[in-house]
Amino acid sequence: MENLVEKLKSEIIEALNLAEMKPEQIDENAPLFVDGLGLDSIDALELIVLLEKKYGLKVANAEEGKKVLYSVNSMAEFITRNKKG
Amino acid sequence: MPEKVFITGVGIISSIGKGIDETIDSLKNSRSGIGVITLLETAYKNELPAAEVKATHEDLMEIAGIKDKRPYSRTALLGIIAARQALRHAFIDDIAAYRTGLISATTVGGMDKSEVFYRPFIENKRHGRLRDIITHDCGDSTETIADYTGIRDYVSTVSTACSSSANALLLGARLIKNGLLQRVLVGGVDALTLFTINGFNSLMILDKNPCRPFDEERNGLNLGEGAGFLMLEAESIAEKEKKSVLCEISGYGNACDAFHQTASSPEGDGAYLSMKKALDTARLEPSMIDYINAHGTGTKNNDLSEGKAIERLFGNTPPPCSSTKAYTGHTLGAAGAVEAVFCVLAIQNGIIYPNLRFQKQMSELSFSPVVALQNRKPLKHIMSNSFGFGGNNTSLIFSAI
Amino acid sequence: MPYTITNFCIIRNNKAQAGSLSYSDTSVAGHEFLIKAYQHFGISYPKFYKMDNLSRLGFLSVELLLKNHPVHQLYKPEDVGIILSNASSSLSTDIIHQRSISNRSEYFPSPSVFVYTLPNVMIGEICIRHKFSGEGCFFIHERFNAAFLHQYVKLLLDNRIIQCSITGWVEMNEQNYESVVYLIEKQSQTNNQIVNFEPGELNKIYLKDS
Repeated sequence: MENLVEKLKSEIIEALNLAEMKPEQIDENAPLFVDGLGLDSIDALELIVLLEKKYGLKVANAEEGKKVLYSVNSMAEFITRNKKG
Repeated sequence: MPEKVFITGVGIISSIGKGIDETIDSLKNSRSGIGVITLLETAYKNELPAAEVKATHEDLMEIAGIKDKRPYSRTALLGIIAARQALRHAFIDDIAAYRTGLISATTVGGMDKSEVFYRPFIENKRHGRLRDIITHDCGDSTETIADYTGIRDYVSTVSTACSSSANALLLGARLIKNGLLQRVLVGGVDALTLFTINGFNSLMILDKNPCRPFDEERNGLNLGEGAGFLMLEAESIAEKEKKSVLCEISGYGNACDAFHQTASSPEGDGAYLSMKKALDTARLEPSMIDYINAHGTGTKNNDLSEGKAIERLFGNTPPPCSSTKAYTGHTLGAAGAVEAVFCVLAIQNGIIYPNLRFQKQMSELSFSPVVALQNRKPLKHIMSNSFGFGGNNTSLIFSAI
Repeated sequence: MPYTITNFCIIRNNKAQAGSLSYSDTSVAGHEFLIKAYQHFGISYPKFYKMDNLSRLGFLSVELLLKNHPVHQLYKPEDVGIILSNASSSLSTDIIHQRSISNRSEYFPSPSVFVYTLPNVMIGEICIRHKFSGEGCFFIHERFNAAFLHQYVKLLLDNRIIQCSITGWVEMNEQNYESVVYLIEKQSQTNNQIVNFEPGELNKIYLKDS
């Protein structure tokens, strides 16, 4: 899980072109979409693509997306939960 | 005294009709053009409805009366068909008689042909016919229409996303008003393409069912295709030629929402500004507008933002309002012109179009759209909204003579 | 009343220049230069990295154009209009999107790429950055068309639709880029040498060696 969190941070930085960010600057518990990283709706869609591309996981709709994309941790949990099943 | 700008002819082809008569018949009888995709080869065929013009390349060539072997894109053909109708409708046979311009708008250009080319090409660099991509540039469909119509004095292509062709009207009207052109054929065209279907799908704003603009349960838009063209003439020319005038373009305004690349601001700042500017140019009070043909795409974001802006400008009981995208889908770069033609036909026929499939009032808004066809004579002033990605917002006002 | 070209910015061939601001770096290839220039001028706007190349080029041009110009103090947001043009529309990004949907096994269209497949999104980005809400339009012409831009911008100023315009050419394709962007005002607000807003002057600047 810890490895996954670190990996996700790097992937998020790459996918969202957060060029001036370093993985250690992202707090895995903090909300991704309120202030923090200054992400917007397009970034959310891009993260949904990331989950599909790198982990083969589909997010069905925006509502589910909101929960899954709450924080780096919630993304990692979503991945772990669905990979096992 | 600046010249008034008159509309003397219109042409249209969309999923609800290949000309004025079919179009008005569909509008009156609540016949929507949104349905299963049968012509475009896409993996989303059975998943995403769209509003196709049910005509193949050959059909369109025949309707346009074209026999030569140039590679015509679907975009160019749809454009030619609507442009030709507008010229005929305005009884223009000698293009050279007055200083005449062509302003055409598009977002995809000849993308449909490029897609035909690209698939075999990426598998083998020797495959694919190069002549299929010479139509790719957005300017190509305009040039083709210019060649076909013989318009040479002034030719330009506008590309501002979904407000493109509304901006073509705005630009044309200004050029006449300022005496730079005497007549100008304005409009826009976009064909349905894999490019846009896949792109909009990645934005998760395509409804898997026919769209429901301004409905609480609305769930996105459907893409459409088509073309609309309108012949604008200076008042002095129309009088000299004793033209029968359909209506006047009396107001126009454009503003930037300056909020987000694709999303509209929550309070519809850009929409409010563009509608207000249009009223100011037409010197009208909000209460004098008889009907608003809304942008109304059916996405959560647009309809809320536009609705809020309408309330801000018109108060809690705005004029009758509807989105005709429930008929035609969102024809992107063509939408402004297609809906401008609808507005001209509304004034001509004294009718207000229903907002199809509307059921449930939006909780955030005080008003709901028109649900059944209304006969209302006279319809004096109609406002039409077209808002594009990039926050490019345009409002137009059409007035009866 | 005559209008004046009060500033201009040229970015091409690994060189960016606007008034006294100048930067060149021939060590980097192609579009990398835009990032280098952004960093060189100490601009802090992380969204820059999220933009496509066309928007980056337009954004950077207007940053330099306005860096030493009090446009924000002189005009209301709705009085600044942006009228831009090019030949290739958003083709450089269209191609990236097209690639992402052309192969069934590698099918991942990117929403953040798709939103840039329209050239006027660049105008939107500039407006968001500078809070401009005036009129904007994007035209596609085969080559830089000074007469057209002059006529249209003059018309907007004559009719008091806007008080100040950012206009010009921002072209981007897969190999190359070129932007020449002008600031047009009713009169010179600074002590710069006055250049009349005329097609000939626009062309002279466009053809400058740089």
